[in-house]
Amino acid sequence: MDHAAISLADLPLDELIVCPQCDATYRLRRPGHGERAVCSRCHTTLINHRRNAGLQIIAVSVAVLVLIIGATIFPFLRIDAAGTSNAVSVLDAALAFGGPMILLSLATAALIVFIPLLRVVLTLYVLIPIVLDRPPARHAVPAFRLSEGLKPWSMAEVFAIGCAVALVKVADLADVEFGPAFYMFGALVVLVIAQDRFLCKWSVWHSLEHPKKS
Amino acid sequence: MVGMALTGTPEKIVSARELGIVACTRCTKPWPMGTRTCGRCGHRLVSRDRLSLQRVWAFWTVGLMCYIPANIYPMLKTRTLFQVDESTIIGGAVELAQYGNWGIAFIILFASVAIPLGKFFAVAYLALSVQRGWATSQRQRQYLYEVVEYIGRWSMIDIFVVAILSSLVQLKTLASINPGAASIFFALSVIFTMLAAQAFDSRMIWDAHAKDEGPNRND
Ligand SMILES: [Zn+2]
Ligand SMILES: [Zn+2]
Repeated sequence: MDHAAISLADLPLDELIVCPQCDATYRLRRPGHGERAVCSRCHTTLINHRRNAGLQIIAVSVAVLVLIIGATIFPFLRIDAAGTSNAVSVLDAALAFGGPMILLSLATAALIVFIPLLRVVLTLYVLIPIVLDRPPARHAVPAFRLSEGLKPWSMAEVFAIGCAVALVKVADLADVEFGPAFYMFGALVVLVIAQDRFLCKWSVWHSLEHPKKS
Repeated sequence: MVGMALTGTPEKIVSARELGIVACTRCTKPWPMGTRTCGRCGHRLVSRDRLSLQRVWAFWTVGLMCYIPANIYPMLKTRTLFQVDESTIIGGAVELAQYGNWGIAFIILFASVAIPLGKFFAVAYLALSVQRGWATSQRQRQYLYEVVEYIGRWSMIDIFVVAILSSLVQLKTLASINPGAASIFFALSVIFTMLAAQAFDSRMIWDAHAKDEGPNRND
């Protein structure tokens, strides 16, 4: 205990890394490609070093951007029953709560469309200059901080699973047709999860702090 | 993918607080104790958020209070040619079970009743364990916290299902589904439970462990 405390206390702060979940302090040692640095106390991933992670995230983000816009505009579900039919887009679904529940409509629209869109745009804005070895974009720091803060409130993939549940419930009431946007949602779930796995926050912050001069 | 521990065994781990360091919870950069804001990302720095437990309990209480009307009022109003049906969360599940759909009834009860109640218990347990300074099962409590944080947003699925059904099933005179008053309370309950979990400072789970060893931890 003492030995560890003294050696860590003597190190400059730049050579330390602290686990945000449990406050455990370690000497910073950047893992090699394909390796992760994991907190040995609580198993939180501290650094996730991947070759070309930046490019992969940009590719995935562009795909997510296209999918969210597509899924929002095109009708994604359509039902037919006894000659009557109805097709809805994601925005229709978000705005389903009318009258006194209009606030819930606004919140739903934010959670499933606007916050995910904003996060993707912020991620692209921050990452593209870094991957191109350019100086960081203006206000890249608050942009990435906002993007990280909004992470729990970005629920596009939760909505996608909600579609599947809703289908099960409607199936015996009427015939349901899947619009193209429905398949976009399937892809969206996979991509959002991939995006979270690829992104190493530590590396992004490190790059923002030590920009390459070009 | 290789997992690698950075250094040391669990017994030798020192927390930043014991070293007189305050770390940014958003970007993990360490700063000398007493620094107010992170120079790298601008986030507010607090070594241990003393007020966090008050916020946890405040959000927790509001969340629980919203969860009660969420179960009393109807979640969905279903109108077909022959009848109008207003079902609550539990009523809807019971109805499904009566028609023999045991599987779906179980899933609804699990997702809309067991998980929300479980989250209330879990957050209360975590907050109490920190207030009382329990030093046991830290790893399990950290894991519990991560599960609660992860599951939180998935509870919104009920609201999204109501939204999809209400917008989709609008077949003029034949059938229509409209959201009931419970949906807004359920959504508020999920949001406040998420805020309660986010307000919790999980670093405090690990403090009791270091209590006997660090003499100067009073700021
Ligand atoms: Zn940790
Ligand atoms: Zn920071």
